[in-house]
Amino acid sequence: MTDTRNPVEDLAGDYDIFDPGYVTDPVPAWAELRGRCPIAHTERWGGSWLPTRYDDVQALAKMVPELSSANPGPIVVDVPEELRRPEREGYNGASPISADPPEQTWTRRALLPHFTPRAIAPQREFTKVLCNELIDGLIENGGCDGAVDYAQQIPPRVIAHKLGVSGDMVDDFIEWVRGVLELGLTRPELRVKYGDIIRDFFAAEVIDRRQNPRDDLITALCQTEVDGELLPDEVVIGMCNLQLVAGIDTTWSSIGSALWHFSTHEDDRRRMADADDDLWDTAIEELLRFYSPVTMARTVMEPVEIGGVCLGVGDKVLMNFPGANHDPEVFDYPDTVILDRQRNRHIAFGAGIHRCAGSNLARMEMEVSLRTWFERIPEFTLTDPGAVTWAGGQVRGPRTLPLAFG
Amino acid sequence: MRIKVDAEKCEGHSRCYSLAPELVDVDDLGNAFELNDGEVPPELEDRARLIVDNCPEFAILITEE
Repeated sequence: MTDTRNPVEDLAGDYDIFDPGYVTDPVPAWAELRGRCPIAHTERWGGSWLPTRYDDVQALAKMVPELSSANPGPIVVDVPEELRRPEREGYNGASPISADPPEQTWTRRALLPHFTPRAIAPQREFTKVLCNELIDGLIENGGCDGAVDYAQQIPPRVIAHKLGVSGDMVDDFIEWVRGVLELGLTRPELRVKYGDIIRDFFAAEVIDRRQNPRDDLITALCQTEVDGELLPDEVVIGMCNLQLVAGIDTTWSSIGSALWHFSTHEDDRRRMADADDDLWDTAIEELLRFYSPVTMARTVMEPVEIGGVCLGVGDKVLMNFPGANHDPEVFDYPDTVILDRQRNRHIAFGAGIHRCAGSNLARMEMEVSLRTWFERIPEFTLTDPGAVTWAGGQVRGPRTLPLAFG
Repeated sequence: MRIKVDAEKCEGHSRCYSLAPELVDVDDLGNAFELNDGEVPPELEDRARLIVDNCPEFAILITEE
């Protein structure tokens, strides 16, 4: 592994997705690379390719089977051989995100009906009540940490509600998911440890639902048949694992980034305080575009020539959806938030067969959490810019966000 | 105006449905299909252009202006 203390001298051949400057604001790096080396390479963190053009990311997202998703978690350091759990990888891992066709096809078909706009509608009222309760608990304080006290509290409870597990587990869920997606990115032993904790938790839930069916997602997945056979336990456990790992800090990062934006851009904040439904529609999509939280990864299975480079078998490719969404070839004034942007084919939720299964739930959570916030707290500012911290790598968003109301 | 959803390209993002449920609906997988044979009432033509310009899969086409 490259010593990460070495400063980055040439982004094109040595980018570092954990460089503090890149985590805080990656936009300048993408702009530089798009101009002179649109698919960059690094040896850092196990080695990877970083596309920065929209068209290239779209094309790569559709390269199946040339690129594989079977090992999607580690956008960086691989888990060492002695720590691997082969029986918990591939389509057992977190289907459909961790699968390639044909397993990806049937696991996706089994999961998607639970996340259509109609299927997630019952979560809307729950989310609204939840957001109001959170605000009830903090509004008298005159301020809060927008990332910790609000954004971070919402998705774990919504997911717990949908899965049918106790809301009391929320602090554990947050710790586990951060263990996998934040701390675990550079420390594979933590990724394995927290991955095991999550799977053991859901294994017990699946055993329970097989015996005591309820009206919840875990039960529904336990009762799902594909070609006349029930989904195997390992696949259901993997799907539940996906709900937690993919459904929590992604959405809280988006909500937190939006609060960061409005706490530092007064004109936009004032505009949303009076926004109608049409403006909310476009504003949510624009915030998703500008602050896209998620970078996925693929493994090259067959050599691919694209963007002037040749990707070799076994190479890792970072699916830089956030960078694609700032490409000036596709978006006018890409580095400005335009709340009523009309042309917005952003790919914050990915593209192709692996587009985010929970995109409708995430979009609803963003809309309800921000609208409820603006109804109750239309005036707020960032108190200490120096205290803001960002997490990056696979999921980018603020982790400390001190706000004052009024 | 008339629109058409290309079922081969649609991946079920459902963004069109969230923006214009009067013009499109989605199936169990989130995949979109046009309502009323794709015919767009005059007052919804701007909405139709909006869903065309917001599809990340380039799956919605205006077939008649």
